[in-house]
Amino acid sequence: MAEGLDTEVKTNPQGDVITATEAPKAKEKENKAAKQRVVTPEYLFFEAPRTKTFITGSEAAKEAIRRANVDIAISYPITPQSETMQQVGYLYAEGYLKDYYRGEEEYGVMSAIAGASRAGVRALTATAGPGLMRGMEVITSWPGGRMPLLLLVMCRVINAPLAIQPDNVELSYLLNSGVIVFHAENQQDFFDFPLKAYMISEKCEVTLPVAVAVDGFFVTHARGWVELPPEDIKLPPRECYHEAVPMMDNENPPARLSRDAPIQKSNFISYQMHASWQQEIWAAQDRARPWIKKYMGGLVEVVNPGAETMIVASGSAVSQSREAVRQAGEKGDTIGLVKIRSLRPFPTQELIEACRHAKRIIVPEFNCIGWMAKEVRSALYGQTKAEIVPGPRVFGGMSMPTELILEYLYKTPNEGRMTTKPLTV
Amino acid sequence: MSLETLRISPGFESYMPKEYVDLVERGPYGRDVKVSEMGTFKEVIEEHPMCAGCAMTLFIRVALIGLPCPEHTVILGTAGCGRLVLSQASIPFIYGNYGDTNGVASGLKRGLELRFPNQTKDVVVMAGDGGLSDIGFSCVMHSWFRKEKFTTVMLDNEVYGNTGGQESGMTNKGMVLKMAPFGKKFEKMDMIGLAKTAGVAYIARLAPTNPTRIANVIRKAVLIAREVGPTYVQAYTSCNIEYAIPTPKVMDDARAVEKDRYGFMEIISDEAKAYLERIEQEKKTKAKAVAGSTVEA
Repeated sequence: MAEGLDTEVKTNPQGDVITATEAPKAKEKENKAAKQRVVTPEYLFFEAPRTKTFITGSEAAKEAIRRANVDIAISYPITPQSETMQQVGYLYAEGYLKDYYRGEEEYGVMSAIAGASRAGVRALTATAGPGLMRGMEVITSWPGGRMPLLLLVMCRVINAPLAIQPDNVELSYLLNSGVIVFHAENQQDFFDFPLKAYMISEKCEVTLPVAVAVDGFFVTHARGWVELPPEDIKLPPRECYHEAVPMMDNENPPARLSRDAPIQKSNFISYQMHASWQQEIWAAQDRARPWIKKYMGGLVEVVNPGAETMIVASGSAVSQSREAVRQAGEKGDTIGLVKIRSLRPFPTQELIEACRHAKRIIVPEFNCIGWMAKEVRSALYGQTKAEIVPGPRVFGGMSMPTELILEYLYKTPNEGRMTTKPLTV
Repeated sequence: MSLETLRISPGFESYMPKEYVDLVERGPYGRDVKVSEMGTFKEVIEEHPMCAGCAMTLFIRVALIGLPCPEHTVILGTAGCGRLVLSQASIPFIYGNYGDTNGVASGLKRGLELRFPNQTKDVVVMAGDGGLSDIGFSCVMHSWFRKEKFTTVMLDNEVYGNTGGQESGMTNKGMVLKMAPFGKKFEKMDMIGLAKTAGVAYIARLAPTNPTRIANVIRKAVLIAREVGPTYVQAYTSCNIEYAIPTPKVMDDARAVEKDRYGFMEIISDEAKAYLERIEQEKKTKAKAVAGSTVEA
């Protein structure tokens, strides 16, 4: 009987094999982490030789964090994010991070990350859907605290009825928080963007938190080709004294955000102080643009510029659109595509430029409300005569067949069976 | 090194405000100051906007004297009366979001430990009963369960004073306050018991009737948090406005409440006790050595 127990394969209630094992023995692997050498961001991003691997989005994020010289990561499980932060836990066990713990829930985690950032260390956390909403009170205070840090967002359904499926409606809540927001299209982006996000976040003229979002499951749980630089190199450490606000470390006079908190006074000077502080956050977002161009190759990627029909999308909607563009190309039609990498700051000028020749613009999205369509319309208002079609949109876990995008490319939404109404807002 | 940030640049001495010069020359930094020496050194609070006769202000003023190393201390607070005076002290203060103190303190303390392995940085949360037992409850409890190395001080005025007198979890049963029009329907939360359950290394309950005791309790709590684990101080700091205590009677009320239900109490773990004894012994040995060298000289 005892023998039988030894060989029993344990499964969880869903029938999956439980793969929990003992923590890796730190000593064996510590050396590898200790042997990593610091290289310039430029070398790591552009010059280091890369090896092609076929890995999931979560694994891509893990490989990014391995090379990101992160000091502390604080985790809290939520599907589909958990996989990434538990992988980061293994990195901690292997000596790649100095501190790591599982927090109480997202409000506590986002608060603790704020504390770590104010202490001057490089900090990481990740969340998804409802977790993002739970942490939102804290997240919206990060930019005002001018805290460089990285938040990974693995988008999923947030609304009732409860579901864990992919849907990125949560990003619409993040867009006006003051946090810089990048939207990764695929596994490669989910490796590259986090590394670049840290470097942009910590620039003196930026000094803002960065969120790197990705569509849950489609990217996090699916494999894709990722070109990885060697694992024995890492980014330079955070240099907190080179940033815009002092650390709360008693080594220098602190920023008197607290003493001069506008809440304590009701007079014009305090209103003015709060107002200028908010303006400064958005000015700092603008100052991130040159760094996004330098490190990420621009806020947008444009395929077939000058086409009369353009698709504007971010995240996984871009991948589906690429395929639709290819299929249309086979029929002899040239369709343009604008991939938006940076949602905040938003690439208004780039979009105007890319859509200059457009007569028709379609905006495919993985959410019900069509936040990207609103962004596009708002950016192009008065700048284009093109018809801006808000769709196609899928949500609640649906995938977006390229046929659906092609239908939108060739028909107006009110034709035939396509009854999706234009945006009402 | 942090004292360097206070130092006045040569040539500017005569242009700095008197209060600042006093802070540099006669402040509590880099030395031990006692409550009995109040008046002979510059305190870290120059002025504040608190109500006349506020017991919380007295408590905070004395508590800050108890900090063993104010030049390497960061204080965290949340919405409430306490932060109005804490934010005026010449000790770095983080005024975060509602009820986030113990979450932020966890990350801050760990971050500071990573950056300064050879310099202890003390982290102290000082917030109200609402901030810690209601809105910040989860962060408080989990910081204790995780054994985070910082001190939590509850300024317990048994009411939401800053927002105008609403019932809190720490209000006594039966009290009629705003949002409790028929009187509070459940007992005062037993945060001391919860701290005990969570394995807090040092727990103290006190009323602000004995200034020396306040400073001593804070000193012990901060020292134990450095080495052993989380510490919790719960202080009765009445709200004379919302509880309509006449200003001259505030201390009478403190003594009456202390006698009735808020008597001085300490719960200290064996490990914490041993640690305190060890540092007291080291201090004595050091003093002896200094005395010896003086004699020789």
